[in-house]
Amino acid sequence: MLSKRIIPCLDVRDGQLTKGVKFQGNVDLGDPVEVARRYYEEGADEIVFYDITASAEGRSIFLDVVEKVAETIFIPFSVGGGISSVAQMRAVLLAGAEKVSLNSAAVTNPGLISEGAAAFGSQAIVLGMDARKVPVTATIPSGYEIVIRGGRTPTGLDALAWAKKAEELGAGEICLNAMDADGTKDGYELTITSMVSEAVSIPVIASGGAGHPDHLYQVLTRGRASAALVASIVHFNEYSIADLKNYLKERDCPMREIRQGH
Amino acid sequence: MIAIIDYQAGNQTSVRRALEHLGLESEITADPERLRQATGLIFPGVGAAGQAMGLLTETGLDSTIRELVTAGRPFLGVCLGCQIMLESSEENDTKTLGIISGRNVRFDPAGRDEAGHPIRIPHMGWNNLRPVQETALLSGISEKDQFYFVHSYYPLPAPEYILGVTRYGVEFSSVFGREGLWAVQFHPEKSGPPGLRLLRNFHEYCVRAERGEV
Repeated sequence: MLSKRIIPCLDVRDGQLTKGVKFQGNVDLGDPVEVARRYYEEGADEIVFYDITASAEGRSIFLDVVEKVAETIFIPFSVGGGISSVAQMRAVLLAGAEKVSLNSAAVTNPGLISEGAAAFGSQAIVLGMDARKVPVTATIPSGYEIVIRGGRTPTGLDALAWAKKAEELGAGEICLNAMDADGTKDGYELTITSMVSEAVSIPVIASGGAGHPDHLYQVLTRGRASAALVASIVHFNEYSIADLKNYLKERDCPMREIRQGH
Repeated sequence: MIAIIDYQAGNQTSVRRALEHLGLESEITADPERLRQATGLIFPGVGAAGQAMGLLTETGLDSTIRELVTAGRPFLGVCLGCQIMLESSEENDTKTLGIISGRNVRFDPAGRDEAGHPIRIPHMGWNNLRPVQETALLSGISEKDQFYFVHSYYPLPAPEYILGVTRYGVEFSSVFGREGLWAVQFHPEKSGPPGLRLLRNFHEYCVRAERGEV
């Protein structure tokens, strides 16, 4: 049976994690390669890296990080943050990532999705979208608007319409971040997640709001998401990946098991 | 040395990194001479069947592959590489290598998962593999192990070649072939410990084949 995926998300600036990650023993770890290795060993199904570096120098450091990660973990991982050209996509894929995540640049230039899909296949293209709850209007019938540049700029795009458009253009997966839930630890936004999941036939990764294992259970069942992105819930040692998986498995949510003995 | 056939497939470097991690010597090459010198061949692949087949024909790699398979050189096709080993694909309506009889078809969007929801296409993520025939490639691998899949078309080989099956809307053959000539739909290089185990099994078979022990 196809498992639901749990995907830790790591923000990287100038080659270092922006917030330290604490594992058992409360050791602060800022090295993204080391943290990726720990999550891999704990049973993460995939890992997402966001490069939040602004400078060109920081970007080349980031590519070195991607290469080292690819030599260290043997599960898929994706890379996002400021990617706005096919050349940039090629650079991170060649460095060893399986997928690139497009966000703001795809809103400004939707052709980027189809160019990426044509060059590398749909499986390599994730559309990252940040959605915020707004009053329902004729232009935003779903009541969720796409915002870009870290939530600072509203776009006037309806989240549901944009998700469908991205699928048509060739995105292989959607990572849906609900801005209102992001950082609250009050749970994922189930309404927009299930709306998008039902509107498209590609997999949807839910993002934003995880604070308790039940939040993952809700979004993977009622929210119909294929995967759940997790950040601070695992970074600060509140729960391990294994804790989350055990909780979900006990509730009959299909999870990949790590079996010893290979 | 295991040769990874170079035709610019997206995952060829990942396959090399996984072999390197296992301490195994490998080389990404399109040089027919180097391919002939290899103890075994891995045929990677990501993307669309039509484009990949076009590249193989243009470079003449298609005939080198046929030659080495006929000579009995251990061979492992991965993902798109596995599909291309069959005779044809519905994807771009492509005639493929025809090393093993069978064809590739698209997942039916009307297919249902275990919860009764329509399946999502591509089939993306971790899924089980149920071995149906004993084979050296799957030594030590159990039904509990999961592997990473990403594909919209699935292989439909002739029944005698089916070695392992996976359920996604339908039950399809995720491992097929015969001893020494294997095809896997998932990505062993991205499937954690059981995937690495499978690659090691392949290497061990190559070593035994070179010594004339198989």
